[in-house]
Amino acid sequence: MKTAVIVFPGSNCDRDIAVALESVTGTKPAMVWHGESELPEGLGVIALPGGFSYGDYLRCGAIAARSPIVRAVVDAANRGTPVIGICNGFQVLTETGLLPGALMRNEALNFVCRDVELTVENSQSIFTSAYSAGETLTIPVAHHDGNYFADAETLDRIEGEGRVAFRYTGNVNGSARSIAGVLNKAGNVLGMMPHPERRIEAAHGGMDGRRLFEGLLQAVA
Amino acid sequence: MKLRIIVTLKNGVLDPQGKAIQHALGSLGFDGVSDVRAGKIFELEVADTTTDDQIDEMCRKLLANTVIENYRVEKA
Repeated sequence: MKTAVIVFPGSNCDRDIAVALESVTGTKPAMVWHGESELPEGLGVIALPGGFSYGDYLRCGAIAARSPIVRAVVDAANRGTPVIGICNGFQVLTETGLLPGALMRNEALNFVCRDVELTVENSQSIFTSAYSAGETLTIPVAHHDGNYFADAETLDRIEGEGRVAFRYTGNVNGSARSIAGVLNKAGNVLGMMPHPERRIEAAHGGMDGRRLFEGLLQAVA
Repeated sequence: MKLRIIVTLKNGVLDPQGKAIQHALGSLGFDGVSDVRAGKIFELEVADTTTDDQIDEMCRKLLANTVIENYRVEKA
């Protein structure tokens, strides 16, 4: 399966997600520079990596969300191409409006970098089909601005539509209703703060993240 | 034309930075500070022909995230 990783200046997890995608699909992803305006043809998955695109200037993800390539990513997402945004990639997806809400400064103001437990809320999506609903995963987080905010009406709507993919079992950053990952209405866009690409082999201390990519490959192939 | 655009978090959105600053003021002995909201100021030099609609669009499209922030424009 052909995949692409969008490369922004300042992002530092583009290689990690590329390694994860290659190890699961067997094919090197296309690394697409932010200044490009077109994506390669026939992509099965587009990934927006974690890190600090454009140095997090203005707001996390705000400038990346207005870059030429992200306009092409939004068009592809609206045509149904699966898009995953991890950490800063999640922030970019909310800034584009593909996902509801916003990521604010962590409630306790500190940078959180550790393994956390997540509960799988929805196991019916293309991203979560390898998991069971209610299952607990261990996946690392590393962020300063992971405090998910949306107004109560939006939260009720996304919960009602089964669009909360993952929840923290202990709220690490003050997120509304402990939300760690959100799907768009069509189910082809996922944003999450934890880093599944950092849990893809035994040497990482577990494979809980790898199953996300394996499930996605199976669902999309 | 000079513009000053003030971006603040909406009422009802918890402001963790504002809260930390409020606590720091309290620990310096400034009693009675019941709330602090942190924000951002942008100073722009724009063409005199720039319309209010264009300024509003700049704010909505980039300078403020209207999910969580309000903005106010002052012309100098």
